[in-house]
Amino acid sequence: MVEMVNRPYAAAFEAYAVNNPDVLCLSADLTSSCEIDGFRDRHPDQFLSLGMAEQNMMSFAGGLGLAGYRPFLHSFGVFLYRRPYDQLIASVAYPRRKVRLMGFLPGITTPGGMTHQAIEDVAIMRSIPNMSILETGDATEVESICEAADSIDGPVYCRVLRGSVPRLFDSPIKVGEMRELALGGDVLVVTSGIATEEALRARDALSNAGVSIRHLHIHTIKPFNEQALLDHIGSVSKGVVVLENHVIAGGVGSLVAEIMAENGVGKPLVRLGLNDTFAHGGSRAYLMKHYGLDAGALVRGIERVMGISTGIDDDALASARVDAVHSAVKAEAL
Amino acid sequence: MRNKRSTEDVAMGIRRRVFEHSMRNNGGYLSQACSAAEQLAFLYNEALNLGEPVLPAVPKPFAGVPSADNPDYVTGAGYNGPFEPHFDRLFIAPAHYALVAYATLIETGRMDAEGLEMFNKDGSSVEMIGAEHSPGMEVHNGTLGIGLSTGAGLAYGRKRRGESGETCVFMSDGEVQEGQTWEAVQAAAHHGIDNLWALMDVNDQQCDGAMDSVMEVRDIATKFRAFGAVCVEIDAHDLEAMRQAKDEPHEGQPLIILARSSPTRGMSFLQKRFPRLHYVRFKSEQERAEMNISIAAELGIDPVELEGH
Repeated sequence: MVEMVNRPYAAAFEAYAVNNPDVLCLSADLTSSCEIDGFRDRHPDQFLSLGMAEQNMMSFAGGLGLAGYRPFLHSFGVFLYRRPYDQLIASVAYPRRKVRLMGFLPGITTPGGMTHQAIEDVAIMRSIPNMSILETGDATEVESICEAADSIDGPVYCRVLRGSVPRLFDSPIKVGEMRELALGGDVLVVTSGIATEEALRARDALSNAGVSIRHLHIHTIKPFNEQALLDHIGSVSKGVVVLENHVIAGGVGSLVAEIMAENGVGKPLVRLGLNDTFAHGGSRAYLMKHYGLDAGALVRGIERVMGISTGIDDDALASARVDAVHSAVKAEAL
Repeated sequence: MRNKRSTEDVAMGIRRRVFEHSMRNNGGYLSQACSAAEQLAFLYNEALNLGEPVLPAVPKPFAGVPSADNPDYVTGAGYNGPFEPHFDRLFIAPAHYALVAYATLIETGRMDAEGLEMFNKDGSSVEMIGAEHSPGMEVHNGTLGIGLSTGAGLAYGRKRRGESGETCVFMSDGEVQEGQTWEAVQAAAHHGIDNLWALMDVNDQQCDGAMDSVMEVRDIATKFRAFGAVCVEIDAHDLEAMRQAKDEPHEGQPLIILARSSPTRGMSFLQKRFPRLHYVRFKSEQERAEMNISIAAELGIDPVELEGH
């Protein structure tokens, strides 16, 4: 049974910030939703409320950077780039301010629907010069995201999981690296964020079906270790499948495709994610199944690459976690 | 730096220099010099406490954008002096006022006149729309509305560090059409950021023409006060009024000075162009010649030699 950790960001940020006085905690009216309400109450002199005004918050953070501070901006990911995109470019990205954008509710991890779902954030951020991108896939990564982000000499955007988060790994994020979770020889599976847990659900069933998976978990999307990926692709015989909590265009799947194309890798690639579509509101499990982001979708993708049918159905997959929708940790609430 | 000239003299120098440059280069931001000459002269010549420039008087060529691979990158803030706790900092929020700002640097001895010859030339750091690396600039402000937010953030950080220097933002009135300006004022007021002040050139002009015809903004002084600022309205060409406005107490609040200006002040010929004054190009050689003679006479200088241009 996977250990579940409640509100891992809350304790991790507090521990990190109190030891780094030049870290300031900025919030845009989603303080408890971003698990920083306790920090606000216990360290009010290091906390700054900027209200529902993300454009000002972004440029204000640029000004704080000029004064030598390292502001951590807390909001839902979507509110850190859609509305204040111009401010993000002019005040943060261009001058390489050490602004840490902590974006909660990545992709479809919210029932809030289109307005709350950051489904194209990786594509946007990847295209911004000077910007780094980290993504958390478990509680250990959430616990280490503050130190990892703050080690970057420039701005960084983080996709942060909140609420009840499974612990899958036992070592912190090392910026620029990737986790090797399986070293099989048939298909390379590349996942990030919550998609990694889906791949783990499929692991035993695939093994039982005789499919040998090489599995990479990506927490550093930019900068990216291109040679490591190429080495792994070279170690599998059939091809590559990428599963991500994001639109297919511009995300990790596109990143893998670009690297394969530029290096003349002639192996099949299947990219799984939101396929040129917005999502609507619903539970995470429902949305992942409905839009083909879950373990079953990954199995179908692997079958496409291998040209086989594994016979794996939903019953053969490890059970998905189902969070209580209105639990104390607000697993899916706003 | 000690001011060697009167602020009135510096303001006249700014108008003359921008006029001469625009005549030679077949156009320019003339009306911005008309409206803002006293304001920028006031800032550099007496209001701001700035250190000696730390960058060469003749600007170096563009040295690349900020990146991890470009450690030599510098901003143009060095023309305003070093980053010291007791010195003030200045943002020029409307970056298209750059020509006027460069002229001010020259008139106050912070940049060589030669620097203006590099204006809008490929490979130059003296860009038409002032960039971070342009003389006198510290951040990008080409998008209107972001300057006051950045100033508020810097001022908050400086106050937190106990620095005595203030942060000043030179603004344009068109920026009040952007929602971000109001976000910035409410944040500065909410957090008591009173080491922040702004001088706004209220010339009632914007790119498409007179502001009233493009987007009515109504009584912005009342709006600024409602959002939490101390706001003073003055005649932009009255330096004594400007001095008094700067002294207005604003404990716990930002100070906004609305300097109501004439976009044709000192160059009456431009009234023929009203209300399209944002960037003045000559419609004909005849108009250019007439403008040259008329405005030069009003500015008390000889017409500009136009041969070879």
